[in-house]
Amino acid sequence: MRADPWGLINRAHCYPRLVLAGFRRYSAYRAAMLAGLSTNVVFGLMRVGLLLAVIGERPRVAGYDAAAAVTYVWLGQGMIATVSMWSGFHVAERVRSGDIAIDLGRPWDFQLAELAGDLGRFGYHLVTRMVPPVAFGVLFFPFRWPQRLSTWGWFAVSLLLAVMVSFGIRYLLNLSAFWLVESRGLISIYGVASGLLAGLVIPLHFFPEGIRTILWWTPFPALMQDSLDVFVERGSPLPAVGHQLLWAVLLLLAGRLVQRSAERKLVVQGG
Amino acid sequence: MASTVRAYRRVIGSRLRAQATYRLSFTVELCAQVIAGGLELVTILAVFHNTTSLGGFGRNDVLLMYGLATFGFGLADLAVSQLNHLGELIRTGKFDVLLVRPLGTLGQVLTLDVQLRRLGRAAIGFATLLFALSVADISWSMAKLALLVVAPLAGAVIFSSVWVAACSICFWLVDGREFANSVTYGSSMFNSYPINIFSAWLRRLMAFVVPGAFVAYYPALVLLERTDPLGLPGWLGWTSPLVAVAATAVAGGVWRFAVRHYRGTGS
Amino acid sequence: MSLIEARDLRRTFTLRRKVGRFRRQRHEVVAVEDVSFAIEAGETVGYVGPNGAGKSTTIKMLTGILVPTGGFVRVCGLEPAARRRELAGRIGVVFGQRSQLWWDLPLLESFDLLRDIFRVPRAAHADRLDECVELLEMGPFLHTPVRQLSLGQRMRGEVTAALLHGPRLLVLDEPTIGLDLESKVRLRRFLARLNAERGTTLLLTTHDLDDIETLCRRLVVIDHGRVLADGPLAGLRAEVARERTLVVDLERPVPPLELPGARVAHVENDGSRQHLVFDRERLTAAALITAVAERAPVHDVSVLEPEIADVIRRLYELRESRALPVVDR
Repeated sequence: MRADPWGLINRAHCYPRLVLAGFRRYSAYRAAMLAGLSTNVVFGLMRVGLLLAVIGERPRVAGYDAAAAVTYVWLGQGMIATVSMWSGFHVAERVRSGDIAIDLGRPWDFQLAELAGDLGRFGYHLVTRMVPPVAFGVLFFPFRWPQRLSTWGWFAVSLLLAVMVSFGIRYLLNLSAFWLVESRGLISIYGVASGLLAGLVIPLHFFPEGIRTILWWTPFPALMQDSLDVFVERGSPLPAVGHQLLWAVLLLLAGRLVQRSAERKLVVQGG
Repeated sequence: MASTVRAYRRVIGSRLRAQATYRLSFTVELCAQVIAGGLELVTILAVFHNTTSLGGFGRNDVLLMYGLATFGFGLADLAVSQLNHLGELIRTGKFDVLLVRPLGTLGQVLTLDVQLRRLGRAAIGFATLLFALSVADISWSMAKLALLVVAPLAGAVIFSSVWVAACSICFWLVDGREFANSVTYGSSMFNSYPINIFSAWLRRLMAFVVPGAFVAYYPALVLLERTDPLGLPGWLGWTSPLVAVAATAVAGGVWRFAVRHYRGTGS
Repeated sequence: MSLIEARDLRRTFTLRRKVGRFRRQRHEVVAVEDVSFAIEAGETVGYVGPNGAGKSTTIKMLTGILVPTGGFVRVCGLEPAARRRELAGRIGVVFGQRSQLWWDLPLLESFDLLRDIFRVPRAAHADRLDECVELLEMGPFLHTPVRQLSLGQRMRGEVTAALLHGPRLLVLDEPTIGLDLESKVRLRRFLARLNAERGTTLLLTTHDLDDIETLCRRLVVIDHGRVLADGPLAGLRAEVARERTLVVDLERPVPPLELPGARVAHVENDGSRQHLVFDRERLTAAALITAVAERAPVHDVSVLEPEIADVIRRLYELRESRALPVVDR
């Protein structure tokens, strides 16, 4: 066992820089940002229409009144890019091309470096992709602001954990390219399934009890639904944040183990 | 003309054969498509777990609309989704290569690849349509039967036209794909539901400017013999072939205009 | 009638440049300005100039990809942009950096598809293909998917693909870029033979002076969108680019060598590597090496040919001093 296995002490200074680099890298693609934003808004309008139609004349459905449903939609649309539901699979491409050997050979902890880059991206998207759809919702629809001040703190923590969980899943999917010929297909399946399972398309509370229970044993609700519940103050924030924390830790640890065996594979096969 | 058809037939044939070499990849991607369609279906079922009516329509009515829209969209997806790579073709200069061949540009772009895996989505749509028809209370006539055959085909043509027109934006904006997607995939989702549940201006855009209402909503109203809650006349459901023809003409014009712009600027 | 005729051909682009934080200003960039030349059937013409000189823009206008802003252009008697598809059947185009083959198909199948696309009669197709396969030695990899071919093999396929419909004119945009020496030589030999035996007209852009030397009897030099010089290669070369550089690595450092007919342009490593510039008309490389070896033990030598950029730079200088020997139309 090395004394500083994660390079945390020796190279601690490089990770904040990677965060900054991640922020900057994404800010270069302004047209892509605007295109993504317009898509989020168009789909958001449709989801609002659908949910309000479901609620109809009733005061609330599955615990959602109109304002909570609208808040759920616009916050969710803002979170798509912010927690990076559907992008961030560049590492798999590097595994396929073999460039990953360079990445893993660098004197840094690769997982931590990637996480740092992803947090930088998160920062950028928080401003550019989270705020505008939410602002749109606030301006044009009845919006439900948190009633308790502490909710803001909980939500910040919860959002950060959602990013960690998303990163953890993506990191595992990325590294799966070491073993699976069809990691690309796996990523496609994750892409099409994650939205619904995370509670983006409709609230998970719309599902029958049994399905909900099963879903709660997976990390998917930790990507979105947990954070959305925290914001609209659906019960105590503790179970949601706890669920996210648990999955973030589990996924990051799993990523570490998988990375180690990927490194071993790389050494044995010579890249 | 005959030789052009033959050229395209050969190109498409070779594209299909090329896929056979990647059987595993094909299977996995097909699964992804089926899952994508299946989850849309699950969404509708989950919605109706919480309500009995959406805009005045029941679960089976909505499934009929979803089936019509998704079957049409799936066929369009199969036919024209190569347009998703248009920006890339332009950026890498591959589009220029197409311009030095004695064929039209649109046909060449569409046949760069034919991805049969996209049948997955059409299959889900078709299966849903069959199910919805089996449970719906429809008094059949020859005219309705004809409409049932024609509507998904017209739908495929309408969605394909929307795709062509929307993706033409890439000739101005190489990264325009996501703008186009919000119209193409957006109108697919929009028209899977009764359009009267959406806000008026969104409906104008996604159901009439993008003529998606003629793919599922109006044909479904005819089949179900329902009057339009929006107050438009019932015969609209019979017009989808005409709308398809008009949409094709508009899309062709937009494409030609876009290619002319490209060849006039070389950007 | 000339095979290619361009008169006052002009192409401008409108760019939007950022001014300040949010405002953007349009401004016009002239890529090709009043370019005129005529190419007769059977000619071999090198169209050269530095990056951004307007080479590709001209090629795009000649092949019908790009519509000219102004001027007159006819290729094979057709107006390229207006009759793009018809023209495509009469000319062959090779882009060095863009493949026209199907990457996941065996080479032979790509050729088959092109037969249908260009509507080539079966017999004519078979004849041309056989000839190309033999001359370009493509037999061993005809059944290999294009994505698995080396760049050299792929370029042979690209050239074949452009010739299967029997064009009278072959336009090549940077055909040898990135190729290894052997592949370059093979390709040049093939193209030279194509011109000699079939009379196929060749128009190529390149940065490689050897391409021009072995293939082109005529050179059109373009810079900043204008034709700088147009004339037979032999004359241009003799006048403009006679100077070559001999780089010698010596066993030990010596002071700059003073040799008759050569001057020291550059000294490295305290004098153990020296760059000697000499005139190819007056002195052979062999003679110069012998002369160097008499002064100091030679470890290694190499001869640098003038870069195309140098030729053009010289052309510029000559033009400034009004000593340009060739017609500037």
